Amino acid sequence: MRILVAMSGGVDSSVAAALLVDAGHEVVGATMKLWGGAGDSGCCSVADVADARRVADHLGIDHHVFNFTESFNAHVVDPYVEAHRQGATPNPCIECNRHLKFDAFLDRARRLGFEAIATGHYARVIAKEDGHFALTRGEDPKKDQSYVLSMLTQEQLRHLLLPIGEMEKSATREYARSRGLRTAEKPESQEVCFIASHTKGVGRGSFLQERIALHAGTVIERESGVKQGEVPAIELVTIGQRRGIGTANSGRPRYVVDVDLARRQVIVGDQDDLLVDGYEINSWTFVDAPLAMGAEVLVQASAHGRALPARLTPLGVTLHAPSRRIAPGQIVACYLGDHVVASGVIAR
Amino acid sequence: MVVIDSSRLEGAYLDHAATTPVDPEVVEAMLPYLQGHYANPSGIYRSAREVRRSLDEAHESVAQALGARPEELVFTGSGTEADNFAVIGVANARTTDGPTRLLVSAIEHHAVLRPAEELGAELLAVTPEGVLDLVALQAVLDERVALVSVMAVNNEVGTEQPIATIRELVRAHSPEALLHTDAIQALPWYDLAELTAGCDLVSVSAHKVGGPKGVGALVVREQARTRCTPVMLGGQQERGWRAGTENVAGIIGFAAALARTVERRAATIVRVAALRDRLIARIDAHPGGVIELTTRAHRHPGIAHLHIPGIDQEELLLALDARGVAASAGSACASGALDPSHVLLAMGRSLAVARSSIRLSLGTTTTVDEVEYAATALLSAVDQLRA
Repeated sequence: MRILVAMSGGVDSSVAAALLVDAGHEVVGATMKLWGGAGDSGCCSVADVADARRVADHLGIDHHVFNFTESFNAHVVDPYVEAHRQGATPNPCIECNRHLKFDAFLDRARRLGFEAIATGHYARVIAKEDGHFALTRGEDPKKDQSYVLSMLTQEQLRHLLLPIGEMEKSATREYARSRGLRTAEKPESQEVCFIASHTKGVGRGSFLQERIALHAGTVIERESGVKQGEVPAIELVTIGQRRGIGTANSGRPRYVVDVDLARRQVIVGDQDDLLVDGYEINSWTFVDAPLAMGAEVLVQASAHGRALPARLTPLGVTLHAPSRRIAPGQIVACYLGDHVVASGVIAR
Repeated sequence: MVVIDSSRLEGAYLDHAATTPVDPEVVEAMLPYLQGHYANPSGIYRSAREVRRSLDEAHESVAQALGARPEELVFTGSGTEADNFAVIGVANARTTDGPTRLLVSAIEHHAVLRPAEELGAELLAVTPEGVLDLVALQAVLDERVALVSVMAVNNEVGTEQPIATIRELVRAHSPEALLHTDAIQALPWYDLAELTAGCDLVSVSAHKVGGPKGVGALVVREQARTRCTPVMLGGQQERGWRAGTENVAGIIGFAAALARTVERRAATIVRVAALRDRLIARIDAHPGGVIELTTRAHRHPGIAHLHIPGIDQEELLLALDARGVAASAGSACASGALDPSHVLLAMGRSLAVARSSIRLSLGTTTTVDEVEYAATALLSAVDQLRA
């Protein structure tokens, strides 16, 4: 099969490419240049492109660089900034997957005559007997990345290979070593790739500060309505946060339970005040057929969060047991067992 | 080592504006200086003097081809270095009571634009046809201008710039300004003695005319010497104008390549222009759709710059590569991805147009078969991507 592998320059996509080469496929590698800004970090740096190219050379396959910076700006960076302006906390990696990796990249691969694309995600695509495709968790529970792929649909899964989904991370590194790949010991990248900083909070703040006006906010105790302190930038405050809100001396841990952007107020309370019975969700996408109302699912609200039993409702999901609030803009993935079935965005 | 015999591959090389194949006779001329004559030409012993004599001859022959005197010619490590030398050299020579403004055209190569940007230069506008806007130029010229830099021929769209008129305007309105022209793309196609007559600083490069990579030259005319300072400092090579042990084999190769280019230029122009027109005619005749020439302004024979609406240039170049056709677009950034062409944007084209344009460039080795093959490949690639 002719396969285009998205190679980020990390060990996972390097091994994905190597496995396909070793299985006898006709493989070409490509690295997406996504960010043209100052931050030469994360998934689009020159050094990472060089790693991807040299791994491709080592495997004896062609390697290209695709310039998707304009699309990345339009679909990931600009919405990320705008969401913060509106007080939401988006997940840029999922939007990148949605609009770049499994849209622009896949489209280009198809136009260039490739039958499939492959990525180095820890998840599995399974062909079902009815000709449809299922998306399931990866073999390695600690590394499972099905959450960030939860917005995929049949049309994308049909052309997607996830060669390392059956492997544990240690086995991936071992394969890289045995194959002599220069990325074998490369550390994971955790940062948001277009924000150049190792301290996430600071980097995000200065990144957003250059793009939107940040406003000071008052920190208010939920029950008493008494002012507890101030925050310099309310747009950077996220629900569930307990540090950096000036409540260190209040004697007991205080959590952000709500952010009222219009009144410039951060409401804090006990951990229990964060508990909700369900999530309001919009913008559903379904991996296959839409789920019926009342369907019992497991919902997961972060890449490695716990999957909680819930029931689908017209407005979102009702949890079987109360759980912590999720910030607007975050993604919720729904599972049936290990199978991803839907993905939605937490409403404002 | 893998030896690739390109004559046995099916395909076409249409990226002569990026670089040209080294002429076998040029390789022959260079070999003695890679194999036997290793002496440093700065030495005082016999073997060094022999190398020095060959270098002096190369100086004389390249200078003559450029319409310069040998002592006005400074060999550099690349065309980019020559451009940097001109811009930075003039900027560094400015005095507090003399002219200070630096003007460069918006369609210069990055080798001029980047140093100009660092030094706070002003950009000169071009017309939608890719030619310097002379009205706009006249409006910004005054006695405070220290440097005007306008390339002789644009490297992307191939448009010839009205250097003679520019020179007259500069002399009339900015009497103290130096005029630099990047003639790197012009060198294969024009008699530079004529085209760049009266320019104070002229950049050229060897590898665009069948010479080796890593050799360029800057003409620094006598009247410019007090207003342009050396940038590379160290030994007294090139009469103190460019320190660093000479790239002897490269300079010898440059001289040999340029001599051959000059000798054949008239015939080459006729032949390549016919091939370029044949290529464009094939593309024009395609029933499937619109492929537009970026400009029909006066341009050199080797370039066909195309806009193919709705097609992404990266995809088209890859589809051409898959068919064995080498072509290019815009300029590559540090990661190897293509950036949209600043030349097209300066010509007033949209980002979408800049993202769907490519350059096919022909040269001395281009054949009818290559052109026919490339036209067929281009049309089939366009059809594939539009399907």
